[in-house]
Amino acid sequence: MKLVTAIIKPFKLDDVREALSQIGVQGITVTEVKGFGRQKGHTELYRGAEYVVDFLPKVKIEAAVTVEQVDQVIEAITSASHTGKIGDGKIFVTDIDQIIRIRTGETGEAAI
Amino acid sequence: MENEIFQLQYALDTFYFLVCGALVMWMAAGFAMLEAGLVRGKNTVEILTKNVTLFAVACTMYMVCGYAIMYGGDYVLSTITGDGVTGADEPATYAPSADFFFQVVFVATAMSIVSGAVAERMKLFAFLAFAVVMTGFIYPMEGSWTWGGNPVFGMYTLGDLGFLDFAGSGIVHMAGAAAALAGVIMVGARKGKYGPNGEINAFPGANLPLATLGTFILWLGWFGFNGGSVLATASVESANAVAVVFMNTNAAAAGGCLAALLTAKLMFGKADLTMALNGCLAGLVAITAGPDTPSALQATLFGGLGGVLVVFSIVTLDKLKIDDPVGAISVHGVVGLLGLLLVPVTNDGASFSGQIIGGLTIFGWVFATSLLAFFAIKAVLGLRVSEEEEYEGSDIAECGMEAYPEFTSAR
Repeated sequence: MKLVTAIIKPFKLDDVREALSQIGVQGITVTEVKGFGRQKGHTELYRGAEYVVDFLPKVKIEAAVTVEQVDQVIEAITSASHTGKIGDGKIFVTDIDQIIRIRTGETGEAAI
Repeated sequence: MENEIFQLQYALDTFYFLVCGALVMWMAAGFAMLEAGLVRGKNTVEILTKNVTLFAVACTMYMVCGYAIMYGGDYVLSTITGDGVTGADEPATYAPSADFFFQVVFVATAMSIVSGAVAERMKLFAFLAFAVVMTGFIYPMEGSWTWGGNPVFGMYTLGDLGFLDFAGSGIVHMAGAAAALAGVIMVGARKGKYGPNGEINAFPGANLPLATLGTFILWLGWFGFNGGSVLATASVESANAVAVVFMNTNAAAAGGCLAALLTAKLMFGKADLTMALNGCLAGLVAITAGPDTPSALQATLFGGLGGVLVVFSIVTLDKLKIDDPVGAISVHGVVGLLGLLLVPVTNDGASFSGQIIGGLTIFGWVFATSLLAFFAIKAVLGLRVSEEEEYEGSDIAECGMEAYPEFTSAR
């Protein structure tokens, strides 16, 4: 079982959610985050005082998927969230040791 | 028949006075929203508490002793609630309580100017202690020398020297700013505002919609502030004057807003909303000393001057490390002085020398006594919250509650 974590631009959330449900991913967790990658920050002025806008708003999507689904999920997220401009984001794939469905007690892939 | 006409005039003038006073009271909501919008989210509850309470303190202290100091009469208003007509040598044209009501809301306005300047780091109760002194003594004293017509410590009478301040650019606004400046100097800048190498760090306000709402509320309330200062409306002459004052007050706000926005755009490259808001208020302050004599175009230009000046003043004060989160000292003090100096341009009843002497008298008195008051409060109560409380936010430290409990964000 793998955890696919994607950091994407906020306005792409709906497209990504749509794409994931089309390939059968049934549950995701979404968090509002801030971050930056290789983009440099820029400065703005507030009443004449400079402040650096380093952290840009992003959305983090986490989805627990089976090993077999991983490639499809990566493809779906990438094509739905891609704009070609800097700040499109990143996808991380990590291992999951155990999954439990709280309501029924199911474990493992049955809990996905 | 004559008596009936007099009754009507008395009633109408009293009614007008009371409604204008109510409009000025509404300015308290304006200040509260403006300040709440321009401070950070973690200090919002405290500044709202300050605004509500200072208004109550002002009303009470002015009733207890302020009004008596400013206009004579007994303390606790024991002789004021009488009839303006029965038994009087010369009948008043409006009810005496209406006079008190109108005056007391002006005191509260002057006091609330201080709250924005010392925001985010002054202790709540230290501020309220100052409010007691300011509204019970400092303001009434300078008020007695100006609107009260008394000589300044028996030395000179400002009215005789050609000093004229129609609705209070100097008496109310510059006075409030003088006290604010004293407070800012005594309490110091917010932690992290000024860097070691001359950097000025931005602390963006938490709620610009509230700040904008506050500005519009102040704009509306100002019609009462200036309009009521005509002191009458029940005759062709005074009704005309009231209309001119309303028109010019509005024109000046508009001029100030545009001038400030354009100045900010030229200086910073973008349309700084907070500067536009300060510009509206600067325009209003600029016309307050003399809204009755200019033409509408002149009023617009006077307001525009205030709008340009206020932007430069805000930036300059930051360079001087005088930390004023809402621009109160610039809007009310620097432009308050401008307002005084603009009066002789269209009004022969005032002279530049009179305005300057009056301005210096008001500023000198209020600034010096405020410094003393803050010094004393600092010794007894302490002026500033601790560094940890400042970091955590006054809302939790002083009030025990958050303004936006469901919005989580990085501090």
